[in-house]
Amino acid sequence: MSAVIENHHDDHHHGPAKGLTRWLYTTNHKDIGTLYLWFSFAMFLIGGAMAMIIRAELFQPGMQIVEPEFYNQMITLHGLIMIFGGVMPAFVGLANWLVPMMIGAPDMALPRMNNLSFWILPFAFFILLSSLFMEGGAPNFGWTFYAPLSTTYAPPSVTFFIFSVHIMGASSIMGAINVIVTIMNMRAPGMDLMKMPLFVWSWLITAYLLIAVMPVLAGAVTMMLMDIHFGTSFFNAAGGGDPVLFQHIFWFFGHPEVYIMILPAFGIVSHIIETFSRKQLFGYSSMVWAMLSIAILSFVVWAHHMFTVGMPLAAELFFMWATMLIAVPTGVKVFNWIATMFRGSITFETPMLFACAFVVLFTLGGFSGLMLAITPADFQYHDTYFVVAHFHYVLVPGAIFSIMAAVYYWIPKWSGNMYDERLGKLHFWLSFIGVNVTFFPQHFIGLAGMPRRYPDYALQFADWNMVSTVGAFLFGISQVFFLFIVIKTVMGGKKATDQVWEGARGLEWTVASPAPYHTFGTPPKVD
Amino acid sequence: MLSNYTNKLTGFLLTLSLFTNPAKADWFALNMTEGATAISEEVFNLHMLIFWICVAIGVVVFSVMFYSMFAHTKKKNPVAATFHESTKVEIAWTVIPFLILIAMAVPASKTLTKMYDDTAGDVNIQVTGFQWKWQYRYLEDGVSFFSNLSTDMDEIYNLVPKGENYLQEVDEAVVIPVGKKVRFLITANDVIHSWWVPAFAIKQDAIPGFVNTAWTKVDKVGTYRGKCTELCGKNHGFMPIVVKVVEQDEYDLWVSDKKEAAFKLAELTEKEWTTAELVERGESVYATNCVACHQVNGQGITGIFPALAGSDIVLNDKPRNIEILMEGVQGAAMNSFDYLSEVELASVITYTRQSWGNAEKGDGEIVSPKDIVDYKKPKI
Repeated sequence: MSAVIENHHDDHHHGPAKGLTRWLYTTNHKDIGTLYLWFSFAMFLIGGAMAMIIRAELFQPGMQIVEPEFYNQMITLHGLIMIFGGVMPAFVGLANWLVPMMIGAPDMALPRMNNLSFWILPFAFFILLSSLFMEGGAPNFGWTFYAPLSTTYAPPSVTFFIFSVHIMGASSIMGAINVIVTIMNMRAPGMDLMKMPLFVWSWLITAYLLIAVMPVLAGAVTMMLMDIHFGTSFFNAAGGGDPVLFQHIFWFFGHPEVYIMILPAFGIVSHIIETFSRKQLFGYSSMVWAMLSIAILSFVVWAHHMFTVGMPLAAELFFMWATMLIAVPTGVKVFNWIATMFRGSITFETPMLFACAFVVLFTLGGFSGLMLAITPADFQYHDTYFVVAHFHYVLVPGAIFSIMAAVYYWIPKWSGNMYDERLGKLHFWLSFIGVNVTFFPQHFIGLAGMPRRYPDYALQFADWNMVSTVGAFLFGISQVFFLFIVIKTVMGGKKATDQVWEGARGLEWTVASPAPYHTFGTPPKVD
Repeated sequence: MLSNYTNKLTGFLLTLSLFTNPAKADWFALNMTEGATAISEEVFNLHMLIFWICVAIGVVVFSVMFYSMFAHTKKKNPVAATFHESTKVEIAWTVIPFLILIAMAVPASKTLTKMYDDTAGDVNIQVTGFQWKWQYRYLEDGVSFFSNLSTDMDEIYNLVPKGENYLQEVDEAVVIPVGKKVRFLITANDVIHSWWVPAFAIKQDAIPGFVNTAWTKVDKVGTYRGKCTELCGKNHGFMPIVVKVVEQDEYDLWVSDKKEAAFKLAELTEKEWTTAELVERGESVYATNCVACHQVNGQGITGIFPALAGSDIVLNDKPRNIEILMEGVQGAAMNSFDYLSEVELASVITYTRQSWGNAEKGDGEIVSPKDIVDYKKPKI
């Protein structure tokens, strides 16, 4: 692991400490970025193993491998781990590595808090995973933990779940504060806001979203804690509370959370498409405005997750129209990416393959999202596999493909070594086929009427479920192959140049490969 | 333990053989149902409209992208163009999608407004979600019953081949008349459930403490199947919905039969019951209402659902035993079962007090329907 940056140039200040304490005490943004990335990879594999259990059970109708109780624990933990342990920390890791290098800053603004925000995370997930071994089992109420299933009817481990969510929230908020303070105060002279690289812009907006909604999540779980242990009735109708209130609070957090998981992906993909098209990004300022519009709209669409709870007609109409509006800025982004490629001089290295797949498959997820926004149709789609297909299309070939693209794109800068292009391309094609074979049939299964979170199903859904499971295992195995490629690259390989990619733009490509332990001790001048 | 695994293995082989039967293959279950009502057809048309609009947009956008991926490679176009903005183009691709969205929103809003009609129906049925079954109460006629999954456990655990309506069949279907407006008043007793019948385009959450409404007017006689669509715990996947739509005269006959059955049940409450009779009846009540949590062997599930076998209350505390069934346990998953009949309550309590060696270990007292009637009398 340490080989990532040990291989540095000695002409820059002092190097990292040796041994384990280097990682425990580090305040270096590159070390912390590495820690975040490895942590999220580990969580990705654990959450992925749970997905394999889920898909294995769904291979055929009937109960074969697990019992329904355990199945519910798997879907819950799979969701929580992939969102809070996989995607979010991966993006924080990328922010740590890249934001200071992209804005010409020597480090993050608050390095000690940076260390703390990482090191509380493993404990949060240790607590969450340990609930699997508790009496009554792990949380089994879905990652959306609707009350009262998650309060009155929850297993005792729910208290540990609440505590771990609090820790994850604290970690995210600290990370977000750090990003904002860094971007606002530490940009190199001459780098105006409208000259910032788009990844930096995307993270600035994401960080504000995090600060706005993580406390709302903390509030929701605290109210649950009060209901469970201290006799309150926030979500208990019998005591004058309201179970639907829980959903309003949860989705007021939950919808911006969806954009927290996709905005940094927009930033990454913009850089990659620009680089491999060898052409300046089309419509930079409209990209920024599109991200800002999406972020603002994300606060007024939450109840589209709740069309079936029995809201008044006026509310249903409002949330339908507001949700449909999101298609406009999202469309602008897709059109900009394609206009960037148009009449460019394109090559298809692994990061570009992932980025192109991102544009196509994320747009497919956007289409199904638009369909879901249409309230009367949503009555038929809601809580079926159509929804599962939709959000996996935006999260797997969306968020996760962007993270993989980012790893291939920047790993030469991080490790000083080029990855093996042949292996990278093979990994891409396996993942691309795997993800589509897994999730495309789920549109059919959902439209034909299979609800989500079902451990067993009627016979008419059998064929496509079997296909989906085969795809899932292909995708799962390809990610173990990805782990192999990453380790192989870190251990050695063709040396990378400083520029790495012919068409790459940005300050991070002006420093040596691998990036020295300390960069930009003197700020560069940006014109 | 070993036999358990042998069972699973035979089950697995049986399932495999099931898949060699081409009649079961359903590769064409691809799209939403058009359903059986005017509303469901409208929803289907709306769905297809948006779908084709998305396909059209996709074809245009991806054609440009794929064209560029093939025509503008480094090999064919070594020097990239330098343009990077165009106000005209950007305004166009903001305004055009906006207009398309309006074209979608107008029919969608119209359909939605039609669906939101909560005036009373010709027949009004209260639907209550329970962990893990549905209760139907006909508000005009006073008919009331539970509807449980009727698929055999052996089918679920692959010990016997699965039937045609695997997981989509119930012991008692809800019956409604054809061509009449039927309004459903949907609520829940414990956690949130959701009552979904695709053929009627009704999906409405059943929320404890709240009543949601939905309505339908079905044009075609037939049997329509639906499911619970809100995660409600362990057996969320095992509480289907079956609606039988019948002609008016058949419906009237069904209602009078149900009323007569209710009258007979009331007579049973007066009868003197023997222990054996109560235990026999209690076993089936236990199987539909209790077994999911407390298990067949009365051992419950450690840490969540307490054991009844050897429980102090079941052994020696008859009054508290009745009280728990009637009132539930505050703050736990055990709810009140006071909606069961006196005979059902008495027999199921007696069954638990007589089974799993409880009769030998405890006082073995039986509970008669009259005890339940006494409990229900106002206390002074």
